Amino acid sequence: MYKYLLCWRYLRTRYIALASVVSVTLGVATMIVVNSVMEGFTHEMQDRIHGILSDVVVESHSMEGFRDPQAHMDRIRQVAGKYIAGMTPTVMMPALLNFEVQGVSHTRQVSFIGVDETTHAEVSDFGRYLQHPENRRQLSFDLREGGYDTIDHQATAHALPRERMDVAGWKYRRIFAQFQKDMKAGAPPPVADEAAPPADATKAETPPDDVVYEGFVYRRAEPAVADKAADEPADPDGKPANPFAAAARTESEFDPARQTHTGIVMGIALASYRMHDGSDRFFVLPGDDVKIIVPTAGTPPKPASDFFTVVDFYESKMSEYDANFVFVPIRKLQEMRGMIDYSTGIGNVTSIQIKLHNDADGKTVRDLLQKAFSPQFYGVQTWRDKQGPLLAAVHMETAILNVLLFMIIAVAGFGILAIFYMIVVEKTKDIGILKSLGAPSGGILGIFLAYGLSLGIVGSGVGMVIGLLFVAYINRIADGLAWLTGQEVFDPAIYYFQQIPTIVQPFTVTWIVAGAMLIAVVASILPARRAARLHPVEALRYE
Amino acid sequence: MNNVPLRKATEPQSRPTAPGLHLATLPGETAPAAASCTEAVQLAAVGLWKRYYKAHVEIPVLRGVDLQVRRGEFLSVIGQSGSGKSTLLHLLGTLDAPDQGQICFKGQRIDNLPNRRRDLLRNRDFGMIFQFYHLLPELTALENVLAPLLIAAGAWSYLRQRRAHLDRARYLLDIVGLSHRLKHKPRELSGGEMQRAAIARALVSGPEVLLADEPTGNLDSGTGEEILRILRTLNEQQNLTIVMVTHDRAIAAQADRTVRLAQGQVEVV
Repeated sequence: MYKYLLCWRYLRTRYIALASVVSVTLGVATMIVVNSVMEGFTHEMQDRIHGILSDVVVESHSMEGFRDPQAHMDRIRQVAGKYIAGMTPTVMMPALLNFEVQGVSHTRQVSFIGVDETTHAEVSDFGRYLQHPENRRQLSFDLREGGYDTIDHQATAHALPRERMDVAGWKYRRIFAQFQKDMKAGAPPPVADEAAPPADATKAETPPDDVVYEGFVYRRAEPAVADKAADEPADPDGKPANPFAAAARTESEFDPARQTHTGIVMGIALASYRMHDGSDRFFVLPGDDVKIIVPTAGTPPKPASDFFTVVDFYESKMSEYDANFVFVPIRKLQEMRGMIDYSTGIGNVTSIQIKLHNDADGKTVRDLLQKAFSPQFYGVQTWRDKQGPLLAAVHMETAILNVLLFMIIAVAGFGILAIFYMIVVEKTKDIGILKSLGAPSGGILGIFLAYGLSLGIVGSGVGMVIGLLFVAYINRIADGLAWLTGQEVFDPAIYYFQQIPTIVQPFTVTWIVAGAMLIAVVASILPARRAARLHPVEALRYE
Repeated sequence: MNNVPLRKATEPQSRPTAPGLHLATLPGETAPAAASCTEAVQLAAVGLWKRYYKAHVEIPVLRGVDLQVRRGEFLSVIGQSGSGKSTLLHLLGTLDAPDQGQICFKGQRIDNLPNRRRDLLRNRDFGMIFQFYHLLPELTALENVLAPLLIAAGAWSYLRQRRAHLDRARYLLDIVGLSHRLKHKPRELSGGEMQRAAIARALVSGPEVLLADEPTGNLDSGTGEEILRILRTLNEQQNLTIVMVTHDRAIAAQADRTVRLAQGQVEVV
């Protein structure tokens, strides 16, 4: 009892000892913050990687892929059917993407992925990352009329509106087609028109007389080619002057205002760039046409190219993927590359993506499939295998950071040790008094161990509170620091996150706090033993 | 003051833990054979030797001290400073162990007991007061008085008997005339008040022997007289055995019997 009483009194009267635990406090707070942020990043990253990759992939080692995906899927189902929730065939191919921005050609290297639009969203979170609400529900490679998100739907707070996404879609395509046609026909330069009709006017079914584009009005110089053809007077005998005119127009002449190429979903980072304030600007919009150049199957490969119409953007927030992936219907890709066996009409695929039931273990399924498919021709990997090095690196980083930070707390332990030694020396006489009153050595030991423990509790408790508060307000703190220093602490342009992601894991917090307390107790063992061993007579004489 | 039960204070000998309960010999321990270890003598020193070493030079402080203190006796030990008075008192109070010789308490040898048993002796059977009072500076006067009880009891048993303990501590502080200063820390008390609190603390466990090391050495003569009067009263009314060490003849003269410590040996005055 006297132990706790004295311990409590020492705690309340010896502020120097509290100063010694400040380092414990800071260490604990730092560890909690760092672990929460690392955990947040890891989780976010894993979540996104997993969302992009399916649980298990059976893939061909060759770009030519393997034949008859249906047979492969049947075999997979036969081997591991009870674990499997869904499957989809895909083709993945390096390719070049080309588009024009104000007359300047942009070419980029991309991963060109053919997906089955009906089943692809089943095996991954692909759908979640699209920009049109309807496409998120069910992917379609047809261009939508409009209604693309103008605010990032995945953003948690204060995302900036995305310029021009409000006009994206058919509306934009018609305007742009009209604009180009007018430019070709030598229309007058655009003039700002105060009395511009509302944007809805451009939704008219036939091309309107005036086209509003970003506040400018393009006045048509002459009727559109299509209208002119339709308006052409017939011969007196009722026959058209040129019986092929209409047919030729509709079949051979591509009218961008009415038609689209095959749809393509582009990684958002391919189509946009981020301004310093975190807002996105777009090179191309849904409704624009882009060109893909891909090597054909067969030896030697020849370049094959075709136009596609952007129908949506893919934004997984993993810049590696967002700046690399473009998705098209699998059939189109197979046709372009000549991967279709014309005797059967079945195309080759390079991989089969497998979605497992929630409780199924990826590794079990992988091992089953590895036995069933010859490793000479097929690679079977879980999503973790595919991202193994990255995930391992992140884990390693977290582990090393924790070791380093724990050393900070260990250093704090030596501070406690030194100050405790001083306190024991200062309290030598009191120790003698206690012994003269019959306090056993174990009791004296107990006083100082309890003192060390209570300092540890105070230090790590305060550290925990500070750490958790810091984590809770980390984004505001980052904003505050940015305001103070003029330097962006967390630049969304770099990380593709609008905010710093954090996850507080009770287990991690528990062991950090327990570890800090343990260090405080361990640091007090030596001084406490010294106190316990003091000779009562010498202690009483001590001045 | 008198409405508080006096059981412990008035009859210390009849405490349930009194004669030899925690002095009972452990199995395998041989009973002390020394001739002077008899029941009749409350506290006895037999041929005590104690040496100190200062810079590798041996300084014998006690050279065969023989001393017998009867129950209820007020004995004073005088001697010049450095004559080993305090050392003798520390040996009697089991704070230190002699190099040679024996110390007997109620017929049992106590100088070679295990630490735990000596701790118990100090806690229950001996009360000690010092020249510099030796109160714990973090505790109030009342808490200082309670300290031996706190040390003796575990947290739970203390809390269960808290009221009784508090009553006893208040009662003792009343006896020594400090009931108006219960909540004061030692640094807020005068020397006399501190010594009163120390006496109350020494008595709180109901000891049979009070060992006083120059209790008036740091006090003016008037206050010293007060303290001595308290000791005298305790000795007479409660049959408390007191061994008081002092260098002052006038103070020593107030005791029943005085011995002088010189050349490391006891001379009867």
